[in-house]
Amino acid sequence: MIALHLPALQVVLPLIAAPLCALFRRGLLAWAITLTASWLAFAAAIMLLLQVIDQGVVSYELGGWMAPIGIEYRVDLINAFVLLIISGVGAVIIPYAQKSIAARFGDAEQAWFYTMYLLALTGLLGVTITGDAFNIFVFLEISSLASYVMIAMGRDRRCLTAAYQYLIMGTVGATFIVIGIGLLWAMTGTLNLYDLAQRIPEIENTRPVLAALAFLTVGISLKLALFPLHLWLPNAYAYAPSVTSAFLSGTATKVAIYLFLRFFYTVFGGGAFFESTPLPEILLILSLVAMFAASTVAVFQSNVKRMLAYSSVAQIGFITLGISYATETGLTGAMTHMFNHAIMKAGLFLLIGGVLFRLGSVKIEDMAGIGRKMPITMAGFVVLGLSLMGTPGTVGFISKWYLGLAAVEQGQWWLVALIVIASLVTMIYIGRVVEVAYFREPTAKVAQLKEAPAALLVPAFVLVGAAIYFGLDTSLSVGLAQNAALLLLNAVY
Amino acid sequence: MTEILATVNYWVTIVLMVGGLYIVVAHGNMVKKLVGLGIFQTSVYLLFLSPGKVLGGTAPILAEGFELYSNPLPHVLILTAIVVGVATLALGMALVVRIHEAYGTVEDDEVHELEMD
Repeated sequence: MIALHLPALQVVLPLIAAPLCALFRRGLLAWAITLTASWLAFAAAIMLLLQVIDQGVVSYELGGWMAPIGIEYRVDLINAFVLLIISGVGAVIIPYAQKSIAARFGDAEQAWFYTMYLLALTGLLGVTITGDAFNIFVFLEISSLASYVMIAMGRDRRCLTAAYQYLIMGTVGATFIVIGIGLLWAMTGTLNLYDLAQRIPEIENTRPVLAALAFLTVGISLKLALFPLHLWLPNAYAYAPSVTSAFLSGTATKVAIYLFLRFFYTVFGGGAFFESTPLPEILLILSLVAMFAASTVAVFQSNVKRMLAYSSVAQIGFITLGISYATETGLTGAMTHMFNHAIMKAGLFLLIGGVLFRLGSVKIEDMAGIGRKMPITMAGFVVLGLSLMGTPGTVGFISKWYLGLAAVEQGQWWLVALIVIASLVTMIYIGRVVEVAYFREPTAKVAQLKEAPAALLVPAFVLVGAAIYFGLDTSLSVGLAQNAALLLLNAVY
Repeated sequence: MTEILATVNYWVTIVLMVGGLYIVVAHGNMVKKLVGLGIFQTSVYLLFLSPGKVLGGTAPILAEGFELYSNPLPHVLILTAIVVGVATLALGMALVVRIHEAYGTVEDDEVHELEMD
């Protein structure tokens, strides 16, 4: 019974929990509800993944209406993998949230925060699981609206302008997506992704379909913060509450990347179609610029959260680089990096959130000598930082290995060199923090700090542990990504 | 000329779309930006509704004497899109109110200057 309705439960559980939090308006109770809903959603994602591995595509007809007419939830290996990432990040973050959020907000505000988080989670899971193009737009807006509010709850007033800017750019992006979907619908008369994939090849080269593709590309690129459409991201992640930054950096951009893959590969006909467009070249150039420009900007940031945000833009460049190859290894690298980057960046934001919790600032110069006072937090930071650079034995190495391998397969050795150089730039900005934290005398303020509370450390260290575990045993991350890459290339849905 | 008249919906769509997006980009006032965003979103409603109309068709309710029906799907979709649009506008306005409280202005460049300090 439960197994039969898993796809619906995946989305409905957090959706029902959200108004409950808003109704009770008690911080602790809302947190307990959120924790339950997040973990149940994680459990549902795991069960769905097992189901998909076991029996192939799982299709769920909402309300019992048959697929092209009713709305269909369609889970294959690709979105089961993304669902696992999103709900996993959510499940790890919520135990952390209680301490972090309760320190800043009153009872009612805490409940509102959890309501928003649950709606964002619902939206992101919904975008990923649905097999209906218009449903994607609706869920995308649910998650976006909720995340604007989550960003606007930061402690610095700049979070307000960051949220406003994100709202403008995010809405333009979502509207572009819906224009694209509208044109596709006008041409094919269907909104079901599976149905679209069947009907599009006949009319692939008509002008409205190509225009739809252009709108979808720009809209989704805005959402995934592809350089140069990333302008909303740095401030949004820098000034939002730590929990929000960790959650969004691990999930929101990943879902947009999933949409990109879904539309280009599944709906428009796999690797062959992707290579027939000018996109591989464009994406390659933009990815490289993102990797270098954003990393370089990150080096000069004085706010560590802002530095991590720019680093996100650079890491998204790595992911889109993998997509631009349009080969099995390239896509495997891209999807593995989605998984790995979610672990690393969410973990880094959680650890820096611990610093913010104790120190009240994340300016680099304020963090002098903090490695001696908060040794566990900073040790975690170093491990995840090493992973971000791509040190062997951590997840960062795995994804960069596959991205490099994909370049070698195509005989483009210069790309391997560029990937290595970009990783060296990563070393500079992580190194700056490490230098200040360990090799400088603690300032008076740092000298009286205590280690971050266990409630903040444990969730962060689950991610640190995952960064090492999945760096050694890649059967889950790479194994799934590889199979998903094959499905994408051959447009199997 | 007749061709333009026959596709007048789409011309209006294009004008609203480009005009709305232009306001979002060109205006420095945060409220005006939201107005532009609203116009931009409205153009999409028209884009969806236009191809759904069948000339001479009625509302899709089974009744004697009517054979030709318009497609009801775009109406359902756009009803949802309107709700999304209203929510976005409301949230945007709420943010502008908060920005005004925090900075004392809703002009892009002035807020930017205050942030630099």
